[in-house]
Amino acid sequence: MEFFRYLGASTRTSFTKLGRASFFLISILSGISSVIVRPRLLLKQLHSVGVLSFLIITISGLFVGMVLGLQGFYILSRFGAEETLGVMVAASLVRELGPVVAALLFAGRAGSALTAEIGLMKATEQLSGMEMMAIDPIKRIISPRFLAGFLSMPLLAALFSAVGIIGGQMVGSGLLGVDDGAYWSQMRANLDFQGDIINGVIKSVVFGFVTSWIALFEGYDAIPTAEGVSRATTRTVVNSAFSILGLDFILTALMFGDN
Amino acid sequence: MSHTHTQDTLVGLFVATGIASLFFLGLQVSNLSSFSHGNTFEITARFSNSGGLKVKSAVSAAGVKIGSVKAITFDPKTYESVVKMDINAQYKTLPDDSSASVYTAGLLGEQYVSLGGGGSDEYLKNGSKIEITNSAIILEKALGQFLFKSAEEKKGSGDDKKGKK
Amino acid sequence: MDNLILTQDSLVSVHNLTFSRGEKKIFDDISLEFERGKITAIMGPSGTGKTTLLKIIGGQLYPEKGSVTINGRDVHHLKREDLYILRKRMGMLFQSGALLTDMNVFDNVAYPVREHTNLPESMIRSLVLMKLEAVGLRGARDLMPNELSGGMARRVALARAIALDPMMIMYDEPFTGQDPISMGALVLLIKSLNTTLGLTSIIVSHDVHETAAIADYIYVLAGGKVVGQGTPQEIQESSSEWVQQFMNGAADGPVHFHYPAKEYMDDLLHSEKAFKPLFTRQRPLSDRKAKRKRYS
Repeated sequence: MEFFRYLGASTRTSFTKLGRASFFLISILSGISSVIVRPRLLLKQLHSVGVLSFLIITISGLFVGMVLGLQGFYILSRFGAEETLGVMVAASLVRELGPVVAALLFAGRAGSALTAEIGLMKATEQLSGMEMMAIDPIKRIISPRFLAGFLSMPLLAALFSAVGIIGGQMVGSGLLGVDDGAYWSQMRANLDFQGDIINGVIKSVVFGFVTSWIALFEGYDAIPTAEGVSRATTRTVVNSAFSILGLDFILTALMFGDN
Repeated sequence: MSHTHTQDTLVGLFVATGIASLFFLGLQVSNLSSFSHGNTFEITARFSNSGGLKVKSAVSAAGVKIGSVKAITFDPKTYESVVKMDINAQYKTLPDDSSASVYTAGLLGEQYVSLGGGGSDEYLKNGSKIEITNSAIILEKALGQFLFKSAEEKKGSGDDKKGKK
Repeated sequence: MDNLILTQDSLVSVHNLTFSRGEKKIFDDISLEFERGKITAIMGPSGTGKTTLLKIIGGQLYPEKGSVTINGRDVHHLKREDLYILRKRMGMLFQSGALLTDMNVFDNVAYPVREHTNLPESMIRSLVLMKLEAVGLRGARDLMPNELSGGMARRVALARAIALDPMMIMYDEPFTGQDPISMGALVLLIKSLNTTLGLTSIIVSHDVHETAAIADYIYVLAGGKVVGQGTPQEIQESSSEWVQQFMNGAADGPVHFHYPAKEYMDDLLHSEKAFKPLFTRQRPLSDRKAKRKRYS
């Protein structure tokens, strides 16, 4: 009995939370028009969301690419197919690892920072204060951050993939002696612009949308105390990770399913 | 003021790098750059079996990629596979009696169409049909035949031994 | 006395307001009047929902019953745009100051002006410097909010609140946590702004002496009801036990020192667990929640 009551209660709270999050999303989206009028707000957020994630994305991308180069080489060389290393590295980066790992890093770096920032603004009554100054905090604070996250994500994912492919090439042809020409030409012959690159970009756009939404909502919905904000930050990272991986499965099934 | 200038610059750099990466992926990594859709002409070849050939598989001559497979259909009258190919317009001097063969790149590689072996003065042009075709070698079939043959030979040699005794 | 107030010109009036949070009734059918050009104080112990009252007046929270009218308009039946127009004429000073942390003092004060007007930058500059001068912080214009002391942050917030020349200002606990000097500065500032700018001020506070020194009229709230009202003089001389306890800061009285509990001796002798520590004030883990509730 206790169990069912608990289940019922948690279902109810999660549904009301989902409802609040949806209303929140609607107001964010309706606030975007006012961001376009003030590009400076967006620029500032592109800096704190995009530029500050730049380094972590580049370095992680490089390492992931290098690891893929090593692992791929060991497996492919058993079948005498080292020439296809480029295909393997590029396909796994462009299709999966680029969007997914970049989004996870983004959630950890920028998402948590967004939640903490918004939560603190709420806790220190800055959001209330703006409202009392007749300034809509959604339009001035939330929407620019949302748009910045949404726009940065595909760029960061592309950067991750590109750096990773170069990292794979460094290890593959620089260290392990795979033919440089084969690395690139096999890649070019086997990767499809529409099917691979565009689909990867679509994924990262979806992830950017969802991660920014979660991060901002958790911050906005946080209990305005130090404890509440720290919990909200944790929830952002956890929920973003779940959503990214779950959506990745669904998107992959939709995109690559019928090949 | 200088603060916002650096910010502008950094954001500009970030956006530029991101877009450059997208271009890099588009041009260097994928097959987008290989062929532009405008300047190609179409030829058709009929194979009794086109094997694992797929749309967008490569069409090559002397090992150089000159085009790609556009469509593969099955002709229910002749029970043949009809393969339409787009050939890059710059290769307009291919002899019209060239043969088309379906080969496999390496043991486990992709299948592709290879053109070659012609000597005519007439060239392939848009809508041309290739008459001489070699179908794909189906690995299972080939292996099957090979095994069957060697089994046959063994049997034969065994009989010889018996006869000697 | 009630009639006397109602006949006077009041800018803000709260009628039969009821508001509850969960089960707990925070306001139970209270009515308050705030006179134009005067400083009206709302006093009461922590947890009586004084800040909530300000948020209801500002239209950030909606009452269950009753209404709030400002300048003759019902705040909670305004359209969003009209509410925003009204808010431009209301200033609010939050307890923490609520300065935007990513801009300096100057930009913080300039923020509402830039948002709501199209004044040229040179004019904004003079306007902001005037407001900063009024709170005595013209020299601090380039500091960031995290470089300010609590009192200075509140003064900057005050400069921001008056940036658009509002008709009224609400002060949320302006004196809490201030050292005597900045407290004195704030008291002086609130009083002088009120007279020079002709503002209507609403102060929410539990600092008895500072508030009594500048208020024209005081309401004392407790348990969701108005338990006393009048001029500071009248309040001081009130016969209500409750008001006396609050104004004099007595530890025991109508508000008990002890949180409601079982009889002390019963509690000690018939403990649920045998090894409950006896003569300490520490509470077992299970009581933590109750404790937290008490402090919140």
